[in-house]
Amino acid sequence: MIVFDRVAKRYPNGREALSSVSFNIHNGEMVFLTGRSGAGKSTVLKLIALLERPSRGGILVAGKNTSTLAARHIPAFRRNIGMVFQDHKLLIDRPVFDNVALPLVVAGVALKETDKRVRAALDQVGLLGKERMLPTELSVGEQQRVGIARAVVSKPPLLIADEPTGNLDPDLALEVMRLFRRFQDVGVTVVVATHDIHLVREFGQREIVLDNGQVQGDAGDALPSLMATR
Amino acid sequence: MSLSGHGARHAQAFFGALGRLARHPFASALTLLVIAVALALPASLSLFVDNAQLAVGGFVNSVDLTVYLKTDVPLAKAEQLARSARERSEVAEVTLIPADQALEEFRKYSGFGAALEALKSNPLPHVLHIRPRVSAESAATLQSLEHYLSAWPEVDTVQMDTEWVNRLNAILDVLQRLLAMAALLLGLGVLAIIGNTIRLEILNRRAEIEVTKLVGGSNAFVRRPFLYSGLLYGVGGALLAWAIVAAAVVVLGQPVATLSRLYGSQFRLQGLSQQDIEILLGAGVVLGWLGAWVSASRHLRAIEPRA
Repeated sequence: MIVFDRVAKRYPNGREALSSVSFNIHNGEMVFLTGRSGAGKSTVLKLIALLERPSRGGILVAGKNTSTLAARHIPAFRRNIGMVFQDHKLLIDRPVFDNVALPLVVAGVALKETDKRVRAALDQVGLLGKERMLPTELSVGEQQRVGIARAVVSKPPLLIADEPTGNLDPDLALEVMRLFRRFQDVGVTVVVATHDIHLVREFGQREIVLDNGQVQGDAGDALPSLMATR
Repeated sequence: MSLSGHGARHAQAFFGALGRLARHPFASALTLLVIAVALALPASLSLFVDNAQLAVGGFVNSVDLTVYLKTDVPLAKAEQLARSARERSEVAEVTLIPADQALEEFRKYSGFGAALEALKSNPLPHVLHIRPRVSAESAATLQSLEHYLSAWPEVDTVQMDTEWVNRLNAILDVLQRLLAMAALLLGLGVLAIIGNTIRLEILNRRAEIEVTKLVGGSNAFVRRPFLYSGLLYGVGGALLAWAIVAAAVVVLGQPVATLSRLYGSQFRLQGLSQQDIEILLGAGVVLGWLGAWVSASRHLRAIEPRA
């Protein structure tokens, strides 16, 4: 599903977030991306979603080489990725329903179908019945769950989450992680960046550790070289 | 995407834009008013020029040529000349006023009857009144007709008062040029107003645009509601401009009719023709869409999601 081949990322301000990162994530896997803050976790997720472009190296997402993807194809590419953020990035002046429906609206899904799928997504995160509320009327944990509902409403094959439990107390954090695993159970590939080592240990899933812009330990099995397959 | 899905997305963008306009009625009304005034100015100037041409047109048609024959030309020759003048294609009507008849009228109306009795012979020449055809009313045609008539050896002078018509036409030409410039400048003004309004709208909705792009909204999807906003501003402004001009015509109609009656004319102020209205609304559509498009293309590109 995701292949990083000797990826480096240097930001315009000169900071080198990744120096040479290679790893391999399979379809249907649930992987934790860990490391100290500043280790490059967010950068890896941004590169997957094409919010940033790598300075060097190749990235394969769902069989697509992202470095050859033209800018006009990026929106369609992003519709296959569900994204969850620490600050949830909800539109605070729009009701829950509108927030969750947004990915379906941009994809041109019919109104009736949208209505059905938004309710299904809200049901999955336990927020059915709160469609007409504004995000500001919800608790932090509920807001994060609205963000998750929005990420999964279009049933993307890949779900990425950047510190989704950063603002949550341990109980709520555990609940959110269980939610992610339920999506993995139905075949979704899930990548979660977190610095919460205890939570990761508790779940016992595969862990990719980033340190100083490099992968420590398990990087997955032998990598197909992107450069060779091109 | 199906055709109906496409239509639904456009309808959604359209009603979304309409809703945003309605949510800030005061600001929207001010913007519409500025656009309307900018469109109403060239429209009313154009209407003024059209009406002036119409009013003057009536006078141009009444420009007659008066041909004074030499005093020694006999009446039979004058009649022959009248016949050959009648054969010219640009001539509509020729009236011969024989010298005797002219003297009789002069005696009757001038009050110099007694003085005229003292004259031994009639000092007046035979006169031809020539009325040109409407199709030949241009200054150049009138001029060539005058030259032709002057060339006859029996003709003393040809009188034609076209000087003022020429001047008036020249003034109208200047006004027309002025109108074109005003329309161009005010059109650019409307573009700038709409562009700036859309720019502010984009800045206000920055967060929404970012999130929309984050979940895979294409540039076309993000741009669409702003294009509809621009279109609504343009069309709304044009409709308001139409109302302003129509109101002005109503207000001015009575005094203009009175004025032209005093000049013995049947002239009445004409309102915007259907073609004028089409041009006005068309300008609103084009300027609104274009202004929004330029602004949205420029400013939306700068907003990229930063997770």
